[in-house]
Amino acid sequence: MNFKTAFAALALLAGLAAPGMAQDHSTPHIEKESWSFAGIFGTYDQNQLQRGFQVFREVCSSCHGARLVSFRNLAEEGGPAFSDEQVKALAAEYEIADASADGGVRKGVAADRWPSPFATEQDARDANGGALPPDFSVLAKARGITDAFPFWIFNYFTGYSEGGPDYIHALLNGYHEEVPETAPHNADGTPFQLPEGKYYNDYFPGHAIGMAPPLSDEQIAYEVAEGETEVPMTLEQYSHDVAAYMMWMAEPHLAGRKQTGFVVLLFLVGFAALMYMTKRRIWQGIEH
Amino acid sequence: MSEHSTYTPGSGIEKWLDERLPIIRFSKEHLMDFPTPKNLNYFWTFGAILVMCLGIQIVTGIILAMHYTPNIGMAFDSVEHIRRDVNGGRMLQSFHAVGASMFFAAIYIHIFRGMYFGSYKAPREILWILGVLIFVLMMATAFMGYVLPWGQMSGWAATVITNIFAAIPFIGTPLLELLRGGFSVGNPTLNRFFSLHYLLPFVIAAVVALHIWALHVPGNNNPIGVDVKDSRDTLPFHPYYTMKDAFGMVVFLIPFAWFAFFAPDILGHPDNYIQFNSQVTPAHIVPEWYFLPFYAILRAIDFSLLFIDSKLLGVIFFGGSIVILFFLPWLDTSKVRSGNFRPMFKWFYLLFVINFIALTYLGAQPADGIYVVLSKICTAYYFIHFIVVLPLLSRIEKPRPLPTSISESVLSKSHA
Repeated sequence: MNFKTAFAALALLAGLAAPGMAQDHSTPHIEKESWSFAGIFGTYDQNQLQRGFQVFREVCSSCHGARLVSFRNLAEEGGPAFSDEQVKALAAEYEIADASADGGVRKGVAADRWPSPFATEQDARDANGGALPPDFSVLAKARGITDAFPFWIFNYFTGYSEGGPDYIHALLNGYHEEVPETAPHNADGTPFQLPEGKYYNDYFPGHAIGMAPPLSDEQIAYEVAEGETEVPMTLEQYSHDVAAYMMWMAEPHLAGRKQTGFVVLLFLVGFAALMYMTKRRIWQGIEH
Repeated sequence: MSEHSTYTPGSGIEKWLDERLPIIRFSKEHLMDFPTPKNLNYFWTFGAILVMCLGIQIVTGIILAMHYTPNIGMAFDSVEHIRRDVNGGRMLQSFHAVGASMFFAAIYIHIFRGMYFGSYKAPREILWILGVLIFVLMMATAFMGYVLPWGQMSGWAATVITNIFAAIPFIGTPLLELLRGGFSVGNPTLNRFFSLHYLLPFVIAAVVALHIWALHVPGNNNPIGVDVKDSRDTLPFHPYYTMKDAFGMVVFLIPFAWFAFFAPDILGHPDNYIQFNSQVTPAHIVPEWYFLPFYAILRAIDFSLLFIDSKLLGVIFFGGSIVILFFLPWLDTSKVRSGNFRPMFKWFYLLFVINFIALTYLGAQPADGIYVVLSKICTAYYFIHFIVVLPLLSRIEKPRPLPTSISESVLSKSHA
């Protein structure tokens, strides 16, 4: 084997592999779903975000907060893009705790953050059997899935960043009414025991999750505008929609970021080509 | 280095300045006319790329610091505030975070280039030592920067890494408390890390200046490792290498931009989007990828030796793996610099690179089963390479004949 070839192959492999080595291997295999916001051209589907917002508002938000998201974000381009009037009306439906207001509360305005359902962490735990419902603001980026070697290497080339929504979708569809036969045995060989007040989930670490199955078929009524096709009212559809919405909450400027990135990359490639030609011109006739 | 100078002050003002602070003469000599070997390959552009990386980190970092709040109750949210509400903040934040990874990618290439082409050998020992010093400072800076977003990995990295110092006999515990500003990682820790994270890049910049000074005394090494003999071997730095370096920088920015714009989180860990909670330990505490080889060495030592317990021994190996780099110029005593002319060295070098990548991989794996055994083997080879292989090769290896000069080598290559 030629040394240079060996070294080049190795350097390439190292460059590709090194960053991915920080992955852990604790979660079971999770299927990758198809998302409108995946890939370099990916953007959010406005209708899907609006449906996901409906799921979040009607179901999730009774236990989960989103303290970093403002009402005004809901009107931003690239997101659910409700109209300003809709957002104002929506905000006004909520009471915001404000020490400087008469009586300590006032109506919400577009600039307010999404109000948390519980005043303190302890209140949240007390209301949920000791478990803390995590805040949704960046939750979609705080979860991920793991690919087996060597498949994660390709993620660096596809820019795969949808591990969070994939996990959320899997989790919402991963409930069992009874502990299934596939449940792992305890270290001493005894069968899996579900603690009181917990539910079995295939994808939750440790499988015993405090959250009851939050979504089921026909639970939320999607309105269909005239002339549009009906969206199925199924758990599968709800979980997709809410996972997409959660990704938007975590990464509200995704579309703009990619748009800028596209221009930057095109510029850099073109600029590099010009630089290369200039460099060749300057070095012309010089043996090196 | 005035012998390279072709500078003659063109105007009265320049002449006046030249007699008082010859800054134009200095720039002309060192940034333009500096004689540079004509045969440098693209691995030599990484010096300029690294200067660019440092610049990007400092500029983005200063602006980020205008919006960041170093308080354990607000740090996490203030980083999100930068991403969500600050104009251009999401880009600044991702350039800075991705920039750290790119900086390390570049410095690893730069270090391994130096190792292959023997750039640490006389008369460039000080140059090499300053380089290792920059690497150490970078690791400290990156570690403290990683703590600032105050996510789970931030807080736990701070806990684990400061704990390392507790293993030092006698001064360990006071040192630990000094680093943390208390008995556990908390607000004082975050504040002092923020302060030092702002300070160290400027120390790095100062050492970089010394590094370049030390480079400009003997001049560049080159791929054949033969000293410059006369002016036929060299080209002025400008325009030849300013152009080549600029091209290298633009190419380097392409993967940089790819990560910053299309996958800004792929180099990090999802757990860092959960605010630090000292009561909840993550399933795996994994450092950033660029620390993994050294982290693997730290964890590989799970046995005691005589009166030294495993924790201290691990720290000794961990520290030793970096300290040994300072001694490289005296461990490899072969007179031939370039690996191209060292038939045995080049294969051991390749093995060392593979071993280093294996350590990176092992650093990310759980510390049990086969991974522990492999970590020990790789750790052993890491040290054997420096302490046994390099000194031994210098004695037994028969290098291939060297070209008499750079220009001769260049001509024979182009007519081959």
